[in-house]
Amino acid sequence: MLAWTIYISFIGVLALMLLPREAARAARIIALLTAIAGCVVAFAGAMQQQNPGEVMTIVKVPWIPAIGANYFLAADGISLVLVVLTGLAAIAGILFSWNIETRTKEFFAFYLALIGGVYGVFLSFDVLLLFVFYELTIIPKYFLIARWGSTRKEYGAMKLALYSFVGSHLVLIGLIAAWVVARAQTGHATLDLLELSKVSFPLGFQHWVFPLVFVGFGILAGLWPFHTWAPTGHVAAPTAGSMLLAGVVMKLGAYGCLRVAMVLFPEGARMWQGEIALLAVIGIIYGAGVALVQRDFKFVIGYSSVSHMGFVLLGLATLNTIGLSGAVLQMFSHGIIAGLLFAVVGRMVYDRTHTRDFNDLQTMQLGRLLPFAGVTFVLAGVASMGLPGFSGFVAELQVLMGAWKVFPKTTMLAGVGIVVGVAYILRAVQKAFFSDSEERRAPARHGSSGDQHAGTVSGTPMEPISVPERIGAVMLIATSLVIGLFPGLLLDWIQPCLNSPLFERLLKGGSL
Amino acid sequence: MNYLEVFRAAAPEAALAITVLMVLTVDLVAMRGESIERRFQAGALVSISGCLMAALFTFTHYGQTDPLNGLLVVDQLTNFLKLVLLALTVFTVLISASGKFTEHVGEYLALVLLGTIGLMLLISAEDLLMIFISLELASLSLYILTAFNKRNARSSEAALKYFLFGGMSAAFLLFGFSLLYGLSGSTNLAQIAANLAGKGTDPLLLVAIVTTVIGFGFKVAAVPFHLWAPDAYEGAPTPSAAFIASGSKVASFYILAKILTLGFAGAEGSAVWHGYAAGWTSVIAVVAALSMVLGNLTAIVQSSVKRLLAYSAIAHAGYMLLGVLANTPSSHSSLLFYVITYALTVLGAFGVVTVVEEATGGDALANFAGLSRRAPGLSLCLLVFLLSLGGIPPLAGFIGKFFLFSAVVGTDADHLGLLWLVILAILMSAVSFYYYLRVLKQAYVLDAAENAPAIKVPPATMCALLLLAVLVVLLGCVPGLLTRSL
Repeated sequence: MLAWTIYISFIGVLALMLLPREAARAARIIALLTAIAGCVVAFAGAMQQQNPGEVMTIVKVPWIPAIGANYFLAADGISLVLVVLTGLAAIAGILFSWNIETRTKEFFAFYLALIGGVYGVFLSFDVLLLFVFYELTIIPKYFLIARWGSTRKEYGAMKLALYSFVGSHLVLIGLIAAWVVARAQTGHATLDLLELSKVSFPLGFQHWVFPLVFVGFGILAGLWPFHTWAPTGHVAAPTAGSMLLAGVVMKLGAYGCLRVAMVLFPEGARMWQGEIALLAVIGIIYGAGVALVQRDFKFVIGYSSVSHMGFVLLGLATLNTIGLSGAVLQMFSHGIIAGLLFAVVGRMVYDRTHTRDFNDLQTMQLGRLLPFAGVTFVLAGVASMGLPGFSGFVAELQVLMGAWKVFPKTTMLAGVGIVVGVAYILRAVQKAFFSDSEERRAPARHGSSGDQHAGTVSGTPMEPISVPERIGAVMLIATSLVIGLFPGLLLDWIQPCLNSPLFERLLKGGSL
Repeated sequence: MNYLEVFRAAAPEAALAITVLMVLTVDLVAMRGESIERRFQAGALVSISGCLMAALFTFTHYGQTDPLNGLLVVDQLTNFLKLVLLALTVFTVLISASGKFTEHVGEYLALVLLGTIGLMLLISAEDLLMIFISLELASLSLYILTAFNKRNARSSEAALKYFLFGGMSAAFLLFGFSLLYGLSGSTNLAQIAANLAGKGTDPLLLVAIVTTVIGFGFKVAAVPFHLWAPDAYEGAPTPSAAFIASGSKVASFYILAKILTLGFAGAEGSAVWHGYAAGWTSVIAVVAALSMVLGNLTAIVQSSVKRLLAYSAIAHAGYMLLGVLANTPSSHSSLLFYVITYALTVLGAFGVVTVVEEATGGDALANFAGLSRRAPGLSLCLLVFLLSLGGIPPLAGFIGKFFLFSAVVGTDADHLGLLWLVILAILMSAVSFYYYLRVLKQAYVLDAAENAPAIKVPPATMCALLLLAVLVVLLGCVPGLLTRSL
């Protein structure tokens, strides 16, 4: 049943391609219906799964028998969490791009193709199939940004595409090598993730192949120092694009790290655990620090994504149950919260003010003009800081608890990142929405030229926050709250997985 | 020797030779005074029916036979490759059919068919003499095809360059072949290998290997013998360039692998990391590595799409040489998969360039701006072809790369000795993505000039391109369709 999430998305793409060029409204509705259908199927399929700890096969048919590739879709609890996240993010992204007027149908066609690819990655249990879906997401990403983006869009899009492509090629090298070694060892060719995970690769092999595959996927997860595509890509992307980039695409990378790199090469993971944790913590602090000094509102959120994804990677590096389940939870939580933050910045603020510069925003009193945007951003902001009650708190707490047991010193540094996180969110809230009166009076002092500037913004009343935006925002905030208050909903899916045979070799050293 | 058997084995080629005469006759006698378009249609009809006839003969003669001791070997594989060549020829003719680059329609089509005959004979040859003769038949046709646009000085320049380089490479080949004959006393490949066995690596044999590799290096446009390719591709009428890039690649690679593995069996040497030993694999390894690096890096800066495709062809030749040097059954079948899918893809890409060139007057990157609006179907085909060349799944190009690279790594599974070449290839193919994306950016992201009209694509060309695009997608999703024949 879950496989239909993929098929529905691609059927939506086909339907959109057949639409006449002018039918913008129909395109929106088709896209929204497709996304909703995908999300409903995702939920229904997730509910159906009796035992989330077990890998439930959805489809398994031979694909390329010569190399042992199957068309193998399956799901365990971790897949379920991320599939549900994708469903929610897809709907939210469409709601926040309701105002796309240029080439609407192409926009949504690329959008749904991206979503379909993402579902595919999360449901593939054949390494080659996973890789196929993984690369399939690159093309729509590129076109979404290059065509519908803003600031330096072609540069940002190309950078993102090349980073993803180089990353996936590192993965490809690793996969081919692993396939050859496994075939030599077991005597038959296989690309089945479950079978490959039972092969014990030689230690020397794991020592070099693990970092290759991990970094290959990690590039897309914003692993420092390969994160630089993230801020430029996020800023260049259209709102829905950055929501998906931060919301689900970065998770593809983290998911690949966990599902492929760590499960296939557990000893390799143990060898490199310390280095990964170090890079993750540098990412946390660096992202937060840079976010603190940005003038561009969207760059703040872009760098905050790097910082928050650092927690995911730190969680992965712990190699214990609590850290890993925190990492998966953080993937979900960041997907929701970052999507919301980008929605506020890109759709609610930028589309109305046409500026993201704090110096300009300060003069606009957005807190009064767009109270809904202000409230949403504050809520999303506190969720992002990790205030108890929101999903971010549970997730980061688990990651830190897991990390504390393994590398206490590094974990303390990560705490610094959290403090800086509070600072940059508060700074953004203050500068964008609640700037003090002195700044507001400034134009009056400068006379007519300043007046004119202020007049264009406050003189013409801003388009009020539309219904789709409100629905999207409420949906995302509610999700974050629900998970924050009842983390068990997801943890009941995640934790049985980590105790399953698939993760046994990975966790046997450091389990609680 | 049974002449009936010989004739039956050569029936497809004979059918094509008759078609050549028919095309010439029809054009000279019946179609005098008609418009070029009509003449092309009539000629294309005759040529395509001739190709179908030849295909029918290859089908009916599906047994294994070798009536002339290596001059004409027919088995299932050669039959299949001949079918592929015929299909490529049909597509080339369909793409040419809307062309306005020449008024010598009959001669043009006749030369395309003659080239095909040469390539088909080449595939069946296991004898040095026959290899050389059929290679020359194919090459001479291609030289003239390159020069066919008489109104364009670049076309003649390209042809002259191609001819001079080609002639030189033929001289190298002959030199190598004569050494081989002198060393072994035979022109039959299997016989040569048998006679050379146990003699070790004679310095003369090494010279023969190097000159043979040089000769074929020109044919497949591998660095450092690639210099003719960009000019020839750019100057030649685009359908001719498409034929050079597709059909002749398939046959050249097949025969190169055959000569090296059959004729030089026992002189492989080694190209594994830290275990380099003189022999043909080590020579090929150097050529392959250079081709991949130089082809991809130079393609980045091209502004003409045909030149870009030429440099990408050089890079692809580098990948394919990996399949040659790995020298295992699985690497050979993946090499064939790769070269066939590559030929289909690049033919399609050149087909799109042909249409764009006719409509906008050039093949510069800027001429592709806004293509997605001006010709949505055409640009969708371009998207498929270029992404396949770049190796994006689930298109044929990706599966081809996966097969090829995994077969190459798999030859030395214990030490992964050839992994260094594969790592280089994969990293270079990541580079290649950039320049393919540059073309697609023009088509999908940028806008055309304000009043640019929609591009009308000739129906025959559109059908051919759609069919090719569907094939590229299909072979990527269900590679079993092709692998079971290789």
